[in-house]
Amino acid sequence: MALWLAGTRGATYYTKTLMSNTFRSLRTRATAIASKDEGSFTKRQILSNRFVSRRFGSSVAGQQSDLFSSDDDEEKIQALDFPGGRVPYTLEMRFLPGSSDKRVECYRVLDDDGYPLSSAPSQHIDKEVAVKMYSGMVTLEAMDTVIYEAQRQGRISFYMTSFGEEAVNLGSAAALSPDDVVLPQYREPGVMLWRGFQLQEFVDQFFGNKNDLGKGRQMPTHYGSNKHNVLTVSAPLATQLPQAVGAAYSLKMQNKDACVVTYFGDGCSSEGDFHASLNFAAVLEVPIVYICRNNGWAISTPVTEQFRSDGIVVKGQAYGIPSIRVDGNDILAVYNAVVAAREMAISEQRPVLIEALTYRVGHHSTSDDSTKYRPLEEIEHWKTSRNPVSIFRKWVQRKGWWSDQQESEFRATIRKQVIHAVQVAEKTQKAPIETMFSDVYEKVPSNLMEQEKLLKETIKRYPQDFPKDVPIGM
Amino acid sequence: MSSIFQAVGAATSLSSSASFDTKKFQFSSSRSLLGKRASCVVVRCSGAKMDGGLNQIGGRADHLVTNAVATKADTPAASTASKPGHELLLFEALREGLEEEMERDARVCVMGEDVGHYGGSYKVTKGLAPKYGDLRVLDTPIAENSFTGMGIGAAMMGLRPIIEGMNMGFLLLAFNQISNNCGMLHYTSGGQFKIPVVIRGPGGVGRQLGAEHSQRLESYFQSIPGIQMVACSTPYNAKGLMKAAIRSDNPVILFEHVLLYNLKERIPDEEYVLNLEEAEMVRPGEHVTILTYSRMRYHVMQAAKTLVNKGYDPEVIDIRSLKPFDLHTIGNSIKKTHRVLIVEECMRTGGIGASLTAAITENFHDYLDAPIICLSSQDVPTPYAGTLEEWTVVQPPQIVAAVEQLCR
Repeated sequence: MALWLAGTRGATYYTKTLMSNTFRSLRTRATAIASKDEGSFTKRQILSNRFVSRRFGSSVAGQQSDLFSSDDDEEKIQALDFPGGRVPYTLEMRFLPGSSDKRVECYRVLDDDGYPLSSAPSQHIDKEVAVKMYSGMVTLEAMDTVIYEAQRQGRISFYMTSFGEEAVNLGSAAALSPDDVVLPQYREPGVMLWRGFQLQEFVDQFFGNKNDLGKGRQMPTHYGSNKHNVLTVSAPLATQLPQAVGAAYSLKMQNKDACVVTYFGDGCSSEGDFHASLNFAAVLEVPIVYICRNNGWAISTPVTEQFRSDGIVVKGQAYGIPSIRVDGNDILAVYNAVVAAREMAISEQRPVLIEALTYRVGHHSTSDDSTKYRPLEEIEHWKTSRNPVSIFRKWVQRKGWWSDQQESEFRATIRKQVIHAVQVAEKTQKAPIETMFSDVYEKVPSNLMEQEKLLKETIKRYPQDFPKDVPIGM
Repeated sequence: MSSIFQAVGAATSLSSSASFDTKKFQFSSSRSLLGKRASCVVVRCSGAKMDGGLNQIGGRADHLVTNAVATKADTPAASTASKPGHELLLFEALREGLEEEMERDARVCVMGEDVGHYGGSYKVTKGLAPKYGDLRVLDTPIAENSFTGMGIGAAMMGLRPIIEGMNMGFLLLAFNQISNNCGMLHYTSGGQFKIPVVIRGPGGVGRQLGAEHSQRLESYFQSIPGIQMVACSTPYNAKGLMKAAIRSDNPVILFEHVLLYNLKERIPDEEYVLNLEEAEMVRPGEHVTILTYSRMRYHVMQAAKTLVNKGYDPEVIDIRSLKPFDLHTIGNSIKKTHRVLIVEECMRTGGIGASLTAAITENFHDYLDAPIICLSSQDVPTPYAGTLEEWTVVQPPQIVAAVEQLCR
């Protein structure tokens, strides 16, 4: 009590530091009268509501008044001056519950049949963007289908499909500017597609041939392109998250009008790097948008065995990051949210977290058979009634921007294109032997030159034991 | 000549704001270098040009400077400069190098725990945050893997971060980022993204710091492809290696030693950059080649005094470059002396000495008159008790005994 300073300084100090930093959502709710939540939120809100109004009320007359003269218990409750802001005491021993009875709500724009739920969608999409988004989703689906088959036929060694997550891919990509730096996890080829990465370039990466930008050094779906501002995928989970903070830090240093967008899955949120990255981003105040593809499964681990919190959206608040949960199968909702998040991130120079609820319709990868650990009905349900591509197709067709005929034509064309790309990539030579030793360092050092020489000599001596389609050079 | 060595520094410093005539300078300073310090630098060339831009300079003009052995310094802290130069402690030398590079290139930044306003746990970054601001000298929360990852991400976007581990042992937490990303992303991205980071920090056995704070990380990191490792041991080479590491486009790990931060030496006023892949000839000799680095260099030099009194003439080389080894300098020495003693602080198993032994055996087997002796710490966690700790580290009497055994 005595710690309270009389006058407006005390009240505003409290509201500014404590309320604004830690309980932003509470502050907005403190002004609302009706409360929808049960549990601690309500009580605390009422307390703070009365607390704030009382402070403001008494501050006017209270400049020289005796603070100890109060007729209410609330007045006697003191606040602690603690590093980071004042902390009000309470006489009631109350544990914050581990979870709320009601889960955080999920933002959506379209219903399951593609009808807009509200009369005024936040972002206006014009025909060009909508058609590009839709055709991007179809292209992604087609590429996944053909390449998955190619892997099953033994033509490539490995692949990861993005079935079911096309809306997260294309919806977020469409909301970004080309200057925004993207750090993907591995299930976001749609972002590259949107930015102009060609089908042939994708397939070259899957085959690891000499046209591959990565020069045949990484597994399929571990793509990256400097030109398109997409950093190369690194296999270990969550390594991209602290790197994203570094990239955002670099953007902040250069004062660029751009942000970093990084993707990760529900399983990835268990990694230590996820937590440290969110924490860093909040403390360093960098422009970064985190997009979590909560698709329900991490290989065979369902989310109920991955964490016990209400998804990932609530974790943002723990680090002081504004967060939102969106329907990941509703491309317009994803688009709207990313546009708003990006704006917030850049103008306020702060991190934002988006959790997109979606479903991994395909297997984790070609090395996985998900029917072994989840019911077929579940997969079917999401494949048919919650399919992001069909939902958006209905919306686009109703707008008159797409037709059944265009659909069948487009699908046929794209499928042919992907197959053609596969045939071309298959015939293209693999990257030459030199690329095994280059780019390890800036310039090839002597020990690697020696090793290269040794390898070439060995191949020359025993050509029958080595693959024929790798050019040896001199 | 060693002038080529100096020219290496000159080439890279030509782009700096130095207004003096660097070439003329380097010549004169090299002469006095030979005269006073006798630590001549051999231009070696196994062809490894890991520093961009040094390709044409430190080229294949390899020859040993033989007349430099005339005077032998018995303490490593002898003065070096032709001009008066200035005296400073090793951590100040590191800071000077760091500051010069930050001044020269606005992309250079520092990140780590307590590096900003606190000035760093060993004062290496003292005064930099007030001068360059909070953003360029960044205090991070405690998550080594994450701020190392952050440095890598920033580097891929064009910055040149120096990541400080408060103690090398903590960088074990950053192993994932260092191995899987730092060393690899330039390669796996097809050369599209480069990672010019410098990861540095104090390591080695200190004074009763306990096992977890006495780690020798060079053993664990040496296998990672794509990184370079150097260890500094004097203020002179600390500053030169720091600058070289920052200018290199490869990721470089700079190993400092907890006990060497307060070494005092007089270093040149003029700017110089050392070669990351070169070893340093500390004391030329004829009878035996002693290879060492970091703190052990001083134990070796102490033993050398005793050995000289006993009539031996040891050649002491501070290998400095831990990855890759400067096999040129080392080879030339072995071809002369035919006997090798390696003195290191790493554990017996899998340390730098183990790799060096293998490399020498592979390359110079025919030149050896005796098996290589490698003196290392035992394979035990470093004890806290002072006496026990002393016994885990190689001491001068052991070095003397080993040389006597080698030269029997």
